[in-house]
Amino acid sequence: MSGEGLTVRDLRVTFDGFKAVDGVDLDIRSGDLRFLIGPNGAGKTTLVDAVTGLVRSAGSVRFGGEELIGKPVHRIARMGIGRTFQTATVFEELTVLQNLDIAAGAGRGPLTMLRRRKGIPEQVTKALETTGLTDLRDRPAGVLAHGQKQWLEIGMLLVQNVRLLLLDEPVAGMSHDEREATGELLRRVSEDHTVVVIEHDMDFMRSFARSVTVLHAGKVLSEGSVAEVQADARVQEVYLGRASEPESARESEPAAASVPVAEEA
Amino acid sequence: MTTTLTPTKTTPTAGPTPSLLERLRVPGAFLLGAVLLMGVAPLALSDFRLDLLAKYLCYAIVAVGVSLAWGRGGLLVLGQGVFFGLGGYAMAMHLKLADAAATGQTLPDFMQLYGTGDTLPWWWQPFANPAFALAMTVLLPMAVAALLGFFVFRRRVKGAYFAILSQALAAALAIWLVGQQATTGGTNGLTDIQGFFGYDLGDPVNQRTVYFIIAAALLLLMAAARQLFVSRYGELLVAVRDSEERVRFFGYDPANVKLVAYVVAAGMAGLAGALFVPAVGIISPALIGIVPSIGFVIGAAVGGRASLVGAVLGAIAVAWAQSTLSDAFPAAWTYLQGLLFVLAVGFLPGGLASLVTVLRRRRTPTTQTGGTA
Repeated sequence: MSGEGLTVRDLRVTFDGFKAVDGVDLDIRSGDLRFLIGPNGAGKTTLVDAVTGLVRSAGSVRFGGEELIGKPVHRIARMGIGRTFQTATVFEELTVLQNLDIAAGAGRGPLTMLRRRKGIPEQVTKALETTGLTDLRDRPAGVLAHGQKQWLEIGMLLVQNVRLLLLDEPVAGMSHDEREATGELLRRVSEDHTVVVIEHDMDFMRSFARSVTVLHAGKVLSEGSVAEVQADARVQEVYLGRASEPESARESEPAAASVPVAEEA
Repeated sequence: MTTTLTPTKTTPTAGPTPSLLERLRVPGAFLLGAVLLMGVAPLALSDFRLDLLAKYLCYAIVAVGVSLAWGRGGLLVLGQGVFFGLGGYAMAMHLKLADAAATGQTLPDFMQLYGTGDTLPWWWQPFANPAFALAMTVLLPMAVAALLGFFVFRRRVKGAYFAILSQALAAALAIWLVGQQATTGGTNGLTDIQGFFGYDLGDPVNQRTVYFIIAAALLLLMAAARQLFVSRYGELLVAVRDSEERVRFFGYDPANVKLVAYVVAAGMAGLAGALFVPAVGIISPALIGIVPSIGFVIGAAVGGRASLVGAVLGAIAVAWAQSTLSDAFPAAWTYLQGLLFVLAVGFLPGGLASLVTVLRRRRTPTTQTGGTA
């Protein structure tokens, strides 16, 4: 199994006259590990919202030969697109295992639904291994550490058999070690999935991105490899012009993070 | 490591094997409940008290549905009176027609007094058939709930708006019934029901039989609800309650998940209403309007809405308190009822069923590291 690419053409999202996404074209190849970066308000999350059917949009989004625009959220999810949110949303009162089992079960028939869960589905076992949560499977998800919740969310996407993962700031608020572990996890996942990551953490982006798209004011500003994007004068201008980028100025190396393009990859 | 995932195969073990005591806990509790309801209560209670208990058990059946829809599904069903009423009226209509037929009349007594003609309204006629009437006691409430739920949940109406909407429906039905004196008995309702499928309800032996039917229905529905609670559907319902948006992104339609809980709860309320009629001998708008509808959820709230046993015991206890206290202090009961609701929802959301856990947690606060309630 491998991932499925995503083709976006002239995507537009407008909120009361404000153009949050303003004619974005995007080609994400199957198996890519693409980072979406850009200043706050650039339209990164709105773009993901539009692709997953959460906000109304115009233009075209094609995935696996089908048009996504106009489809309801749960239909798009069933086509194999999974996403996470900026705040980890796991079901706190259910155990890790129950969380994964629910995520895996959208295709279950009514008879299976009315019976008690017997045993652990194979893809759940695999997701537990991939995310390193096997030992915690009977714990309520509410007691997990912040990083573990994010990994559980990624695991919940894996058991859905998604082909495209859209992750919204997966390492926000994580410790250095947790970021490294998350990066390794994403690398493993991208071996047979297409992964798109919205991220503010530039170190993390430099370490793990295969390709990068920079959004600014609802438009694509630059696209290419990490090195290409870093060399782009327009990108430098956007980031240098907004030196006090609050989200990216996180714990490690705040100065470097606010001027991400000045360094070598 | 690979993340290639193939569906359907299952590994046989799920967690540590529970001890014998744990495995016997639920069947044991069920058996204890059955012995208390079917054995101890009929022996220990007078006919009068047993009649009262039969009435409380009907409220407890409603509470089973409330526990499913509100406790597990997060749907604050403030209008269960509608479904209780539909079930109750469907049953009472049949029994009134049977009573009339037994004395050689074609019209129920109240229609002879207030009615406009000497023919039965067309929508009363099928209820002369006992099988049709019995089926309607459950199917009618479920159909109404399905229709309402279909539009409401699809439009993503939730929280307080859903509660107000369902309550308004209860008020509307009660007001409509009052206005139709000629065909529904108006404010009086359908009263003075004599027989129950050929048996005289004035006979204490038959009253006892009605009690046994109600107790058996409660036990059966509790077992069915318990199966729903522990099933995959039950887990999904809790997930929808806690994060509907997230569930949608897994490819489920939360509207359908909620609809099932709402419709099942409505069916249970309808059956409770139907059993209430032979137990008490009356169904009237005052028994199904706003105040009783709130009463249906208070018992579950006080006992513990997410816990099946808590909701059932809470419903019985509150109904018992109501009939005891409202005799002594008729004016004070409404205030006390409101106070109970506020206290339970505000300070003990898990109800009395969670009291042990709450107290235990308070005594040893250090063991709960990183936990969120």
